[in-house]
Amino acid sequence: MQLPATLFDRLWDRHVVARRADGLSLLWIDRHFVHEGSHHAFGQIAARGAPVARPDLTFGVADHYVPTRGRGGPVPDASIARMVAQLGANTAAHHITLFGLDDRRQGIVHVTGTEQGLTLPGLTVVCGDSHTSTHGAFGAYAFGIGASEVAHVLATQTLWQKKPKRMRISVEGETAPGITAKDIMLTVIAAIGADGAAGHAIEYAGSAIRALSMEGRMTLCNMSIEAGGRCGMVAPDATTIAYLKGRPFAPEGALWDMAVADWAGLVSDADADFDREVSLAAAQIAPTVTWGISPEQALPIDAHVPDPDRIADPIKAAAARDAIDYMALTPGQALQSIAIDRVFIGSCTNARIEDLRAAAQVLAGRKAVVPGLVSPGSSLVKRQAEDEGLARIFTEAGLEWVDSGCSMCVGMNGDIVQPGERCASTTNRNFKGRQGPGARTHLMSPAMAAAAAVTGTLTDVRRFA
Amino acid sequence: MRPFTSDTAAMLKLPVANIDTDQLIPARFMKEPRQPEGYGRFLLHDLAAKGTAPAPRAGQTVLVARRNFGCGSSREAAVYALADFGFRAVIAPTFGDIFASNCVKNGVVPATVSEEDAERLLDTANLPVTVDLAALTIACGNVVVPFTIDPVWRTQLLNGWDDIDLTLAEGDAIAAFTARDGGARPWAVPRRV
Repeated sequence: MQLPATLFDRLWDRHVVARRADGLSLLWIDRHFVHEGSHHAFGQIAARGAPVARPDLTFGVADHYVPTRGRGGPVPDASIARMVAQLGANTAAHHITLFGLDDRRQGIVHVTGTEQGLTLPGLTVVCGDSHTSTHGAFGAYAFGIGASEVAHVLATQTLWQKKPKRMRISVEGETAPGITAKDIMLTVIAAIGADGAAGHAIEYAGSAIRALSMEGRMTLCNMSIEAGGRCGMVAPDATTIAYLKGRPFAPEGALWDMAVADWAGLVSDADADFDREVSLAAAQIAPTVTWGISPEQALPIDAHVPDPDRIADPIKAAAARDAIDYMALTPGQALQSIAIDRVFIGSCTNARIEDLRAAAQVLAGRKAVVPGLVSPGSSLVKRQAEDEGLARIFTEAGLEWVDSGCSMCVGMNGDIVQPGERCASTTNRNFKGRQGPGARTHLMSPAMAAAAAVTGTLTDVRRFA
Repeated sequence: MRPFTSDTAAMLKLPVANIDTDQLIPARFMKEPRQPEGYGRFLLHDLAAKGTAPAPRAGQTVLVARRNFGCGSSREAAVYALADFGFRAVIAPTFGDIFASNCVKNGVVPATVSEEDAERLLDTANLPVTVDLAALTIACGNVVVPFTIDPVWRTQLLNGWDDIDLTLAEGDAIAAFTARDGGARPWAVPRRV
């Protein structure tokens, strides 16, 4: 009889190539995504004269630095042009499929990779980007790696890993209307802390998780890293299978049937052991925003900025003071009284078609009172949003509709929030300077960002219901 | 990779929690090639410029901070900035997982201490600190605290081992795995379109 196993145990076991006495396992990697920032790793394998072991399992995407305006023309910034060209040269030299700047499938790697059907249940997926955890939404073991590990995967299609501990986060019950995966995840992070899942592989379970669309599950898994998790995953089910069927790189015919049969076994046994369990009641989750400089500094929209003098733990109090100072807030201030300077709707967290629909629903027939940028998650999402009339809603509201890339989430391409400006953002990190030096970020769902655009302050989207 | 046994030097103290990799090296600097000047000049650039953290000084090779050090982006450039400046060990109660792994690849020791011991180190006078990877201790003046590190990482750092060399020696195991896996999961290879 087999011992009870978690989903993560099953994913781990089927990828072990070799075990070392010291406890490390060599894991087989099924998918590897590279981007413009991967040049350090290509440099490392060039220095060894090593070839890319499996170019057929490696895919390139231009996203981190790409301009979101003036596509089709030359890239104006010389150093960005060099990085984009370098990705093209490296992928061409090693026969790696590239979704480059002018490819109609281009987009943010975690949006393009999944919408192309490259990510499947049961796979190991890596990329030199911490938000690779996104792909866990399909029941894959997906995690971000550093440049040395990117080089290792390029050269060997494997990675030495120590098995993380297993953590289950269960969200049971039904969420109230208007509550999104973003609200669930910000609530989780506030509850367990930004390092609450450090060293753990997270499985999200419970009826509120099962009820999420693939887009919602991707938002959830995407931010696993903001809770410190090594990865996050949701067991595949009918929602997963329906999403994948017919995607360009997904299996078809007999192979599809074989895959679907295999995926049915990708579950945690009812009696499987987790190293840690956390549970939340879905009904208690409110629209949630961050007020500080770590995603753990998140509160329901009807709450107030904390008073550091009332925080007993001196280290937490110091962190709150630092955050309040950087964010230019007042202790006790109502979150809904915080005025914003701009909005950003985009990123691998919240720029899929469902996210754009949710934001457009709030903005339809209304005007934004602050400037804002909408950058779809991929060029295909962009086209779909234009076909559905969403792009027109954004532009008629006064927001700027641009091309796809990491854009103002990380500011590498020049799309930045100006020093001292406050941005309502659908992204994943509110760290100091993340969206530009001196930028102040409040994280929230797309609908909440749209509501903030309409009122000019952080706003409870339920007012618009 | 340069082996590490112990190191005695000046310590940079950052009494701040959640220092993410973007604060270690702001994203905008990563367009620059690492060579020949190194990324050390960008280390903690914005925090130091604003005076919210002390700027690193030449000769410091050990850094101590509060919890969740190196969270955020997977950018190995954050470790390049530390290593290029000369840092060989970072001490905190918890680390971002990817950051800690990146440290080890670059010969930098991620030393985990208790929250209380981190505070004790942050409170020490400006004396040289010794990080001893063999003994798993950190000593600064009369403050001596233990630290923990994954034993595998410890061995790797003590020996200066390189992963790719170790893996290429596993060629037979990899070939056996792919032969077996190709039969069991033929659907796992992407369909060409």
